[in-house]
Amino acid sequence: MPRGVGQMDMNQYLEVFIEESKEHLQACNEQLLELEKNPEDIAIVNEIFRSAHTLKGMSATMGYEDLAKLTHQMENVLDAIRNGKIKFNPEILDVVFLAVDDLEAMVQSIADGGDGKRDVSNVVAKLLLIENGESPANAEAKKEVAVAIAEKPQAAKSEYDEFELTVLQQSRDQGFETYEITVALRDDCLLKAARVFMIFEILEKIGEVIKANPSVDQLEEENFDQEFTITIVSKESNHDIQKKIMKVSEVDRVDVNIISLENLRQYEEQEVTDVTPEKNNHVEIENTSNEDQESKPEDKKAANTTKHSSSKTIRVNIERLDILLNLFEELVIDRGRLEQISRDLNNQELHETVERMSRTTGDLQNIILNMRMVPVETVFNRFPRMVRQLARDLNKKIDLEIIGAETELDRTVIDEIGDPLVHLIRNALDHGVETPEERKANGKSEVGTVVLKAYHSGNHVFIEIEDDGAGISRDKVLSKALSKGIVTEQAAASMTDSQVYELILASGFSTADKISAVSGRGVGLDVVKSTIESLGGSISIESKLGQGSVFSIQLPLTLSIISVMLTEIQQEKFAIPLSSIIETAIVKKTDILNAHNQQVIDFRGKVVPVLFLNEIFEVPVFEELEDEFYSVVIVRKGDKMAGLVVDSFIGQQEVVLKSLGNYLTNVFAISGATILGDGQVALIVDCNALIK
Amino acid sequence: MSEAVASDIKLIVFQLMNKEYAIPVNQVQSIEKVEHITRVPKTEKFIKGVINLRGVITPIIDLRSRFELEEAEVTESTRVIIVNFNDLEVGFIVDLANDVIDIPVESIEPPPEVVGVTEAEYINGVAKIGKRLLILIDLEKILIPEQLSNLGIEG
Repeated sequence: MPRGVGQMDMNQYLEVFIEESKEHLQACNEQLLELEKNPEDIAIVNEIFRSAHTLKGMSATMGYEDLAKLTHQMENVLDAIRNGKIKFNPEILDVVFLAVDDLEAMVQSIADGGDGKRDVSNVVAKLLLIENGESPANAEAKKEVAVAIAEKPQAAKSEYDEFELTVLQQSRDQGFETYEITVALRDDCLLKAARVFMIFEILEKIGEVIKANPSVDQLEEENFDQEFTITIVSKESNHDIQKKIMKVSEVDRVDVNIISLENLRQYEEQEVTDVTPEKNNHVEIENTSNEDQESKPEDKKAANTTKHSSSKTIRVNIERLDILLNLFEELVIDRGRLEQISRDLNNQELHETVERMSRTTGDLQNIILNMRMVPVETVFNRFPRMVRQLARDLNKKIDLEIIGAETELDRTVIDEIGDPLVHLIRNALDHGVETPEERKANGKSEVGTVVLKAYHSGNHVFIEIEDDGAGISRDKVLSKALSKGIVTEQAAASMTDSQVYELILASGFSTADKISAVSGRGVGLDVVKSTIESLGGSISIESKLGQGSVFSIQLPLTLSIISVMLTEIQQEKFAIPLSSIIETAIVKKTDILNAHNQQVIDFRGKVVPVLFLNEIFEVPVFEELEDEFYSVVIVRKGDKMAGLVVDSFIGQQEVVLKSLGNYLTNVFAISGATILGDGQVALIVDCNALIK
Repeated sequence: MSEAVASDIKLIVFQLMNKEYAIPVNQVQSIEKVEHITRVPKTEKFIKGVINLRGVITPIIDLRSRFELEEAEVTESTRVIIVNFNDLEVGFIVDLANDVIDIPVESIEPPPEVVGVTEAEYINGVAKIGKRLLILIDLEKILIPEQLSNLGIEG
């Protein structure tokens, strides 16, 4: 089959191609790391080979020559390894990793709208050297043969003509069996042409393709439903052929039938008068299915066993989910409005209906938000590679352990969290884990461990990066911070350990004695902190000198619909996110104490500063409230707390978080707005900005 | 503006302090009545707050205040003109908005040079139609003044 793309409009497949390519490359990466641990395991090589092979088929179909060329060469090397022609060694692994890097770059370029072209000659040459056992010329020749064979069936008509029958007869005389193979692709198969290409590749290895129905041209242009029939001559058993074809992904069913020439001759005589291709096609399919009946149950079983691993999913563009969420947000606003109307009218029937609707929309909300959830795996899976590379660069021995990769987070959070994690892991590797010599001297094992852990807790997801390295030295951090003018001497003396550790997240801080290329540019960690805070999360650090450190990130599950406590100040309403609230309290005016220019209250034995929101937000006064009690919302940011004084609490509510738009950016202590049930806008208080 | 071919430009006309101003119709998204405006603390004086415009939070600017004119009470005729400029969606409070007219492009003259009047800084040109004098406002200068980025942020 020729590798050209023809006039096929590939754009519609591009997205699928990119997604699948990324998945296959990720699989390659993961398996290669596996292989490094178990170099003798041929099953892993097979796994990588399969991914590379699929990738080759897809990229060739899509017309990305460089991509196909490189995967082809990679495939050859892998093939040689699994056939025991060459011995696997770390050097080979490095080159294959290099090739995967190139492939990733090419796929990325395609995803960014580029042409996916890249100079791969260097890596290809290296792969060729490795492959050495088999000369490159040989491989080239093979390819040409494949093309020649593939082109032959193009000349074939729908029926077996005299020439084909003669060929079949001759092959049979030489001990070849004739098979008619009916392949059914899965209904949701998108790159049909790619699958056809892959199936032909397999067939060309085991025998000679005599005929295809529909014709190869039509197959290539995807001018067929889900099924097509190929006639080949081969010495392999029908069972083996079936198994090999089933290896191609998205193949639903493969029926392989031995056909006798006598049957064919008869056919010819029957149909020879006037055969339209369609009619012939029809009869043939019927015929195969008749002949097929006995072998079918077995085939089905085979098909089932290969299929069970893939769960039923569909790909949905994230934009559509965003639109769905937006529409749902409108519904949440209307729900709030209805709830209010029903309260006001006090009609029992209306009340019940609204109640039921609230429950249904509540379920709907869970489902929609769940749909946007992505396992953190999608971010975590690039770290093993990174850690391996970094450990090499730094001459350290490091084991990366990943726990809870299946933990799910909102897509928006996932998209943002990657870079901060990269920074933190680099930091742990560079500044945390010591060199093997140091570790040995300190009585630790030479290999350092970095644990990346994700888990759910309440309405939050926690991601922790833990290392068993040197830990953070309080004195070192403090002296550095003092010299950089980040803290004053007095402040430093009263700081808790974790407050001191958090100084390393301040801008312009770098604790490493020498600045290395890996981390320690001193710009990274403060960016980490601000990114996480912009996502509504927080970061804290624990550390024991000589034993290691834990960086703990707390993130909200979702960003778009949040629970708030609605409060009133004069005639204005302010929403305070529940995630920041510890509790609400009613405090006597006389219980408010004065401590250096700051009013405080005693809250469960702790001294908590009190902030009057009406003063902070300069709320216009319509009526003086004479009350001997204050309504206080106790909020926190990390370990720190504050009491926000409001006039009254309205209640707890689920609201849709909206931005103030492009014009009003950086409004002090306001993180956004929401639309209330009555259609009015309430501002959402940013407690992080209020607590210093 | 000096094209030889006579072409018309469609303008939305509104009033401030009995003077007539105009914005090209393609920059106007809609004209609304004044509804509840939620004040946004610690912003410029001329930013009156935000409204819920069919689910979109839209900031509202009092044009009188922006031009450093005397502010007026909201009356029956007070309108909010929602403009869309460079992805900025903002509403202007005006005294009255009641006319859409077509004027020939060449009737627009450069703004008169007056020193010391704030309003003059935000003017694109003036158009004389019979006895009426229309003042064309410059959205870019109104929405993206240099000092806004310095003054608007606190803390």
